[in-house]
Amino acid sequence: MATEPATETTLQGPAAWEAEAEREHVHGLGPWKLGLRRLRRNKIALLFGFLFILLVAACIAAPLWADKVAKTTANANHLSDTITVDGKEKNVVGLDGVPVGPQWWKADGKFFLGADRNGRDIMVRLLYGGRNSLEIGVVAAVITTILSIILGLVAGYFRGPADVVIRALLDVMWSFPVIILGVALGVALALGGLKLGPIKLAGDSLAIPIFIIGLVYVPYMARPVRGQVLSLREKEFVEAARAQGAGPIRIMFTEVLPNLASTMIVFFTLLIANAILLEAALSFLGAGVQPPSPSWGTMIDEGVDRIATAPHLAVVPGVMLVLTVLSLNVFGDGVRDALDPRAKVRLER
Amino acid sequence: MGRFIVRRVLQMGFVMFAVSLLTFFIFNVIPNGDPAVRMAGRQPTETQIEAIRKEWGFNDNIFVQYFTMMKKVFTGDLVSYFTQLPVGDEIVKGLPRTLSLAIGAALLWMFVAICFGLYSAMRAGKFADRFLTIIALIGISMPVFWIGALMNYYLGYKAGLFPNGGYVEFSKDPIDWAYHLILPWTALAILFIGFYSRVLRSNVLDTINEDYVRTARAKGLTERQIMVRHVLRNSLIPIVTLWGLDFGAVVGGGAILTETVFDLQGVGQYAADAVGQLDVPPVLATTLFAAFFIVLLNAVVDIVYAYLDPRIRLQ
Repeated sequence: MATEPATETTLQGPAAWEAEAEREHVHGLGPWKLGLRRLRRNKIALLFGFLFILLVAACIAAPLWADKVAKTTANANHLSDTITVDGKEKNVVGLDGVPVGPQWWKADGKFFLGADRNGRDIMVRLLYGGRNSLEIGVVAAVITTILSIILGLVAGYFRGPADVVIRALLDVMWSFPVIILGVALGVALALGGLKLGPIKLAGDSLAIPIFIIGLVYVPYMARPVRGQVLSLREKEFVEAARAQGAGPIRIMFTEVLPNLASTMIVFFTLLIANAILLEAALSFLGAGVQPPSPSWGTMIDEGVDRIATAPHLAVVPGVMLVLTVLSLNVFGDGVRDALDPRAKVRLER
Repeated sequence: MGRFIVRRVLQMGFVMFAVSLLTFFIFNVIPNGDPAVRMAGRQPTETQIEAIRKEWGFNDNIFVQYFTMMKKVFTGDLVSYFTQLPVGDEIVKGLPRTLSLAIGAALLWMFVAICFGLYSAMRAGKFADRFLTIIALIGISMPVFWIGALMNYYLGYKAGLFPNGGYVEFSKDPIDWAYHLILPWTALAILFIGFYSRVLRSNVLDTINEDYVRTARAKGLTERQIMVRHVLRNSLIPIVTLWGLDFGAVVGGGAILTETVFDLQGVGQYAADAVGQLDVPPVLATTLFAAFFIVLLNAVVDIVYAYLDPRIRLQ
């Protein structure tokens, strides 16, 4: 009787990791290489990352679509125009004030996704609005990241009074109802703009929602950064740098900061997603991007008002926004799993 | 423990004070915020504006104005600049609506998230897990007012399954009350279901490898007993913390969008309307109301944590 082949013993704990390392040839690879390798294996995350790039590319190409296909601009009204669909004339905005729905290619790409109540081309507005929404998302995320890193570094590294002050500041920001604060600032600034010394902003400037959104998420990121800095500053390599005579600024930027990079990357992706969502919420309450400038938030806002007669006005920008935010969330998730699987990064409200 | 609670309550007081100060000054520093001009109606004369300024004390020192307003907050005498209605009454009127929305939604999202998270963790890596993960991610990617408006239109208006917004008092008709709130509860809960089910899933997966779970299995407990008594109970602690914080955040402003979409006339919607008109007294009151809930739940969670884990008290 032939002996059964020995069943493969399942390893657990460090032995299993060593076995995996042997199998995957990861000996001597740095954390970044390992992370990239893990990310490359996560096909779903890559797919959604690619989707995000496609969406961004489409928004960048907005003028191309507007000139070549739709032959209109984002803010041009076509209230009394007609289009030819299947050889028949059709009003862009019906006599009862109901705009046409999505025409796809029936009118040669004009009103691809329909028109709004002023006869403006939804597809063109969607792409230009995407530019605004994405710009707000990215710039706000940059502001949040920079502020959080500075506050987190200073509080975590120096501790003592600096930490007490910064923590109190973050506590106050944390306890401020985000939407009320955002709407309050947005409405007030939209009325008169801002004149603060050399800084002058018009009421409809994109900088206002960017600034508000960038500020709002600071405590969510600065707190975990501070925690990380607190533990990093006790590490041997920081002690070594200090022994070599490096000053606090030098240690913060050359020793501590590089170790925060993976946290920063993960947060950054998720921050963009949340900033886009908050822009939509502010615009919905009339305090974000000011009309007639399009953004996905203002478009949803206009659409919700008319949902009973022309549901496509609300559905189209909403789907676009959800796709964008979803692709960022899935990709950000994948990046987190690849770089630091145990990190618990969470943004919300 | 007593000292910890005292310190936490003092901290609460400080944060509330800072929030009130900030809110007040934001509105007094911002340009075009002169309430006297806007209260005087169309084409007011200079004397009319001056009279209003005098009557409402806008000429006083800004710190004096702050103290008079804060005193009115505590005595409940705060009156809106524009509607001239007492702010306290409006908040009391809106409170049951906001709480109905928040409590119902919180129970709903906790229940569904536990089911989703547990099931997802038990099927980790399989199709059901992937599917639920995608659903959860879609949930956290949707603006609540958008999904709320779509639900209201397609399920309420078109299909006629649910009432089209509005609120019925619980004391009048509990069934109608719940019927009117089903859509708002769902819309508000979707986001949190996405978050919580994912957090719970990863907690359960962490706990499953603990030694005491292996011991339980070795003792010969059923899989069900292990899951409920050993794994779920320990995985729930961080979730319950989040639940406390998020409940505070929802009562304190998180429900504004949901209330507005479904026209529930709660405190959040009152705040949104007041902010739109730059009506300082209601804005100040609702901001403080909101901050109070956020700070209170934060403190409660901290104190409960300190009670459970003595190491925290010493920090």
